[in-house]
Amino acid sequence: MSAVATRPPIDTPVHALGRVILNAVSAVGDLTLFALALARGLVAGAPRRDVLLPAMYQIGVLSVPVVLITGAFIGMVLAVQGFDQLRMMHMESRLGSVINVSLVKELGPVLAAVMLAGRVGCAIAAELGTMRVTEQIDALRALGADPIRYLVVPRFLACVLLIPTLTVLGDATGMLGGGIFATQVLGIDDFYFWHHTFRFITAFDFLSGLFKSVFFGGTIAVVACHRGFHCGAGAEGVGRAATETFVLSFVLILALDFMLGILIGTTYRLIWPAPITIA
Amino acid sequence: MTAPVPKLALRDVDRRFGSQSILRGLSIDVFPGETLVLIGESGCGKSLTLKLIMDLLAPSSGVVAWDGEDVATIPPRERTRRRLRFGYLFQGAALFDSLSVYENVAFGLKQNTDLSPDRMQEIVADRLHEVGLSDAICDRKPAQLSGGQKKRVALARALALMPEVMFYDEPTTGLDPIMTDVINELIVQTSRSRPVTSIVVTHEMSTVRKVADRVVMLYPTSRLDEHESQVIFNGTAAEAFESEDPRVLQFVLGQAGDRLRELEAAR
Repeated sequence: MSAVATRPPIDTPVHALGRVILNAVSAVGDLTLFALALARGLVAGAPRRDVLLPAMYQIGVLSVPVVLITGAFIGMVLAVQGFDQLRMMHMESRLGSVINVSLVKELGPVLAAVMLAGRVGCAIAAELGTMRVTEQIDALRALGADPIRYLVVPRFLACVLLIPTLTVLGDATGMLGGGIFATQVLGIDDFYFWHHTFRFITAFDFLSGLFKSVFFGGTIAVVACHRGFHCGAGAEGVGRAATETFVLSFVLILALDFMLGILIGTTYRLIWPAPITIA
Repeated sequence: MTAPVPKLALRDVDRRFGSQSILRGLSIDVFPGETLVLIGESGCGKSLTLKLIMDLLAPSSGVVAWDGEDVATIPPRERTRRRLRFGYLFQGAALFDSLSVYENVAFGLKQNTDLSPDRMQEIVADRLHEVGLSDAICDRKPAQLSGGQKKRVALARALALMPEVMFYDEPTTGLDPIMTDVINELIVQTSRSRPVTSIVVTHEMSTVRKVADRVVMLYPTSRLDEHESQVIFNGTAAEAFESEDPRVLQFVLGQAGDRLRELEAAR
């Protein structure tokens, strides 16, 4: 019984480059198809309450403590760093505007998203990855359930619907942490701190932060569920899926933040073309 | 007299993963009411064959047919509906970790029927009794069950929708000899108590002897000549144990033979 003779694989730098490009194109295509399947699942109807509510609890409620703690520390760190810079220009009373504008427009949504990617994204990828390697996803299909509707849609909805709430909580504790540290430790007058804060933060800033957070939540859910569904075999595969979820989500959050920042800035200038003046 | 239409059939099925060909030109018929046992070395494509027949995976080429109808021509929604006539006992049981035993067994009923909670409870209790379990374990999570209990709960779950076809993927792997015999007995009882067609994938010769109406042995494509069929045996269990093909005999008698030297050479 002789085995079929096969040619040894050709391997040159050009072949290696070709493989990298093919893999990248294939990965993007695969992620797109997965997102389309999710869109079909969303259109097909709302998930059952007994599936959606536990996902919301796991993703939203259990993320509250970590978002609160991180938010508070970021507010305090910004106070420490900003205070020295502003004191050199004798403008330390404006610390409130520096901390809180950064928080509401950028750091609040981004940090809530990063926390969600770390705590929830990795957990989703590991859970779905384990379900895949133990054939539970095949079992769902065998029992007439659509794995996308049963597993992905509730997690996606939970991430998208709850991340704005987490962002608001992160913003609030960040402002509070920064405010308390600035006024109680750094000695800034609390009237000026809050006066400058509310003078420079507009409803548009606040809403643009929340708008961005929805995209971040959706991205985390799609990446995490996709990596879980396409997880390699064994414990190593599950671990890799979790790591890839965090890394890819983090990169995509920053890239999206950049692109949405440009889009929101352009939109703002279209609606309110007058130049922004600092009194 | 016309030949009976196979309940399930594979025609010239190929399945590749990248450049690796696992199934090549595979053709198998399974007739109504029979219990077919698939045997063969690890990695030769037995479990893959079950997943292709069940339509959990699509073949790279070739035809999978249910009751003589090409599965690829059946609309997806109808395919999902018809798939409910199949029960699948997965190799590792594949119970849903986050759900209780009751929720696992009732899962298919909840997803696909409008039964009242009382009726559902009745069916779950019946199926659990059928596989020798008490409904006292209904509230336990899969992690709290032994290997044998997990397999039996998974069998109860697969039987809950009263399937016409049962697939058993290595149903006795990792079980002690007594529990192995319990599972074998349950497979036999299931075939006797209802008009069910079964395919069993196994490495256990005790299972082959006890449950098989017909045995098919697959051989890895990597060790076959280009035009050689992947099915190297198709007959009864008794014939398998008297086969003149040394590859079949070596497998059913569990003899290492030259395999160790071949594996070392391949390394």
